[in-house]
Amino acid sequence: MASRIVEFTLNGRLTEVMVKPLTTVQTVLREQLGYTATKSGCKQGGCGSCTVLVDGQPMMSCLLPAEDIAGQDVVTLEGLTPRDGLHPLQQAFVDNYAAQCGYCTSGMILVGKALLDSNPEPLRDDIIDALAGNYCRCTAYEPIIEAIQDAAGRMAASNGKEAHR
Amino acid sequence: MTAQELNVVGQSVPRRDGLGHVTGKTVYIDDISFPDTLYLKMVRSPIHHGIIRGIDFSEAEKVPGFVRALTWKDVPKNIYTILCLIGVGPDDEPVLAQDKVLWQGEQIAAILAESEAAATEAADKVRLDLEELPAVFDVEEALKPGAPILKPWGTNYFVYDYEHGQSNAFRKVRYGDVQRGFDQADYIVEERYTTSPIEHAPTETTGCIVRPEPNGRYTVYTNTQALFFSLDNSALILQAPFQNLHFVGGTVGGGFGGKVDVIVEPIAILAAMKTGRPVKYRYTRQEEMRISSTRAAWRLYYKDGVMKDGRIIARQVISYHDAGAYNRHSPYAVTKHAANLSGPYNIPNVHIDAHCVYTNRQPSSAMRGFGVTPASFAVEVQMDRIAELVGMDPWEIRFLNAYRNGDMRPHQKEVEDATLIEVMQAAAEMTGHDLPANLKAMSSWDKEAQHG
Repeated sequence: MASRIVEFTLNGRLTEVMVKPLTTVQTVLREQLGYTATKSGCKQGGCGSCTVLVDGQPMMSCLLPAEDIAGQDVVTLEGLTPRDGLHPLQQAFVDNYAAQCGYCTSGMILVGKALLDSNPEPLRDDIIDALAGNYCRCTAYEPIIEAIQDAAGRMAASNGKEAHR
Repeated sequence: MTAQELNVVGQSVPRRDGLGHVTGKTVYIDDISFPDTLYLKMVRSPIHHGIIRGIDFSEAEKVPGFVRALTWKDVPKNIYTILCLIGVGPDDEPVLAQDKVLWQGEQIAAILAESEAAATEAADKVRLDLEELPAVFDVEEALKPGAPILKPWGTNYFVYDYEHGQSNAFRKVRYGDVQRGFDQADYIVEERYTTSPIEHAPTETTGCIVRPEPNGRYTVYTNTQALFFSLDNSALILQAPFQNLHFVGGTVGGGFGGKVDVIVEPIAILAAMKTGRPVKYRYTRQEEMRISSTRAAWRLYYKDGVMKDGRIIARQVISYHDAGAYNRHSPYAVTKHAANLSGPYNIPNVHIDAHCVYTNRQPSSAMRGFGVTPASFAVEVQMDRIAELVGMDPWEIRFLNAYRNGDMRPHQKEVEDATLIEVMQAAAEMTGHDLPANLKAMSSWDKEAQHG
């Protein structure tokens, strides 16, 4: 089958790529466009290290055909990072020692972003549910949960609301 | 340095790599790419044990993108063992299998191709002519007469031959008179303990990318946990001057001991040498699970002589470590294991035979405290059983038998760093367990403050 052009928004910029059928979003991001914050831990939807946001929803880019994101809005960890400083989630991950080897961190932060966008004051169980598809083999789940709770508080505070934790 | 500068202990220090991790800027080996890179995939044994009669590359060579194959004949020093660096031998593992295979998954030939997909397809199309041999998967079966013999020296065990000039079929520890201890004991407590293999399963799989440099050197970007250990072994295998290899690493996406064997680098460097092109060799998730070393399976037989008051006066342990097909870190694991089978307890009569056994299973190697953890598991379950038998509190029996500074350990090492008593006192306090006054008064440093 012939390659075709897929047009989508990547981190706010209109992007065009030429893809062979069944090329995954992971391959497009990492190998065609050089966005390597999206990791490749298993290529079988098992680890969550390749998580990206598609129209705000966390998805495993290793299982997602590039043709399926045509016209959609894709955000990677590169897109979350502000020009100066860090996003509150990133700062909370640093301050809470929520990254050890770092290989799962990109996926964890993006899952946290999607959660806080839809649920700004998550309960602990909401965070645990949201992280269910993301492996951390350094067993740092507790600091990750704490970091997301911490970020929720920071974001609420910066929105002028009282932080609920 | 002033006292003002010495202020790190007790403080939380920001991670050096933390900002890289949270922004995705940390560079792992899979994030490095070079033009003209070749991809390496292994042809692996589909059987557990057999003789290699022939390898047919003719169909593989027809795959578009196929570049070349490598076999053992291409490897300058094909048979190696990584712990040769600390005097362990003899060499036992081929980089690429020569005349036989000892485990399902063993690497037989390396395929180089223009893309990962082409390398995978070509590796699948290599035809192997193998004569299957009987296999052995159980450590005790492997030591019985008539078992298939895996090693060229005619046994299925590692020979510990540097003990007092003697050759030993196992790591041996002898201390006191264990039979006399059993004769004096009020109870004999016998138990069998087993542990299973565990895969480290790092989120980032094992791999490296090698680039030939214009000055004749090779830069090796690798996620090994043991950079110079891997460099040294690679240079020995390739018979290359050490200074021709430049290893770049330190960023590891999870290791846990699973990335201290030397498996991917030597063959990838060789491939770069043979082709003059960058070469990438990274395990798939399936290879990480099925091919990379595991924590070993162990089987331990304990026999303790115990007095009515809870003191352990004699211990005999026969233990078996399943090394799988090859050494890797196993001989060292068994030595550490043998030194820890009495646990942190003072036992006057000890007899240990710790066997490092080869089977036709996936090789086992290093993983967090390897060799020691199965010993600790068996020791502590044994302590609970003994406590129950003599009707004693599990805390108290551990204080009663705890080693203290100045005690002699069975492998003839005087204890200098005991803190077991203090750790147990702190643990009791933290968990709200009220210890009797006599246990609270004990000390690792003061043997006068006796139990009871």
